[in-house]
Amino acid sequence: MGLLNFLSKAGAEVLRLPSGSLTVDRQGNIIASTISSSYPSAVLKDVSADVLKLFREARAAQLSLTELHIHFASLQITARELRGGAIIFLTPKTVAS
Amino acid sequence: MQSRHKVLILDDNPELLELYKEMLSQLPSRPEVHTATAGSRALALLDAQPFRLLLCDLKMPKMDGLQVLSIVRRRFPELRTVVITAVEDEEFRSRAYALGVDLFWLKPDTHKNMQMFLECLEALLGRDSEGGFRGVQSKSLMDIVQMECLSQSSTVMRITRGALVGKLWIQNGELIDAEAEGARGEAAFRRILEWKSGTFENLPAEPDRERTIHKSVNALLLETAQAMDEVSGSDNDPEDAEHRKTVWRLSALTREGAEWVVSLGESGPAEGWGTHSAEELGKWMRVLEEACHRMSDRIEAGPLSNVQAAGLDRRLVYLPSSGKSMLVAWPLDTDRASALEKTKKLTATWDS
Repeated sequence: MGLLNFLSKAGAEVLRLPSGSLTVDRQGNIIASTISSSYPSAVLKDVSADVLKLFREARAAQLSLTELHIHFASLQITARELRGGAIIFLTPKTVAS
Repeated sequence: MQSRHKVLILDDNPELLELYKEMLSQLPSRPEVHTATAGSRALALLDAQPFRLLLCDLKMPKMDGLQVLSIVRRRFPELRTVVITAVEDEEFRSRAYALGVDLFWLKPDTHKNMQMFLECLEALLGRDSEGGFRGVQSKSLMDIVQMECLSQSSTVMRITRGALVGKLWIQNGELIDAEAEGARGEAAFRRILEWKSGTFENLPAEPDRERTIHKSVNALLLETAQAMDEVSGSDNDPEDAEHRKTVWRLSALTREGAEWVVSLGESGPAEGWGTHSAEELGKWMRVLEEACHRMSDRIEAGPLSNVQAAGLDRRLVYLPSSGKSMLVAWPLDTDRASALEKTKKLTATWDS
């Protein structure tokens, strides 16, 4: 079935899920990260901004949260509040996990 | 005459598309095969006409397969989707299944593998897409139990509705026992029959199961149907029904040990039980929904399962739903896994 060998191809890449942690200050600036530098930093910045907003809005609703665990089907985001900023862990899930 | 199903194949390699097109056109159901070399073109075709099945490559320039699938999942939930890829990677498999694909297949490298792949596609094209109790569409649970008994089956039916699980033991066409929500026997059977949707599976029979139900299944079904009619009849007074619902919800909340519950529909104000801050909490739930939606889209992380949070004095669990989302507060000493399980249970029974 040599014909089928050409079904495999090299070329465009699929973006992998981010894995690792990042620390952000209260303004949303990333001050430390263990996530691969090939992952788009703009996406990480957007995620950080959303996490900080969630902590901030929770305070406005009298919730004062210290940690958040957001479970998506393929990824878990864990965030701990850190003096207005946050440390955020991004952990991809696999079928087995 | 039955119309032919339409299949759309998306791959950036035109030669491969031709090959697939030829192979799929020879399937026994003779589907009408269309092709696209870019995600944007595929989405335009899906918008323009109804398709039954989408075959999608993962590695493509501009818009990759996972991006296409995440859009397809939202815009065309009824469409069957298959990923066919040369990328042998557990992460991509997991993400594809998280996006609800029906099949993830590595590009076939042997004739036998190709045959199996085509058989799977044929099965997917033939599968009925209607809703209802899984496996027996448009049938109520009463119908399914009656069918099992009439056919003199011996089986254990496991019925699931969200976090609720019930079991019915049927031996030689007779219902001998039932178990659900901590109840057993006739009471459990009545509770299970009140569930209006869910899934069921048949497990091997357990002939040694102790018999707790001695009435005939038809008598029990009749009694349950009458009881359900009476309840729905008394719902004619909306004020009375609403009052009973509130009392029931507060007692469920207390029984499970939750501090408060806030529910939020797609529109309208939040409703709260056990809290006076439903409005503020509802606003935070909206912020949470929007933030999670944005993050899921940006990272391609798949649909949101749940959010858990902790503060200085309580633990929170948020469960999203297309109709109504719930935020439940638990004492801080409740462990995370148990808070999630109890929230699922509470949510499953909330609108009963």
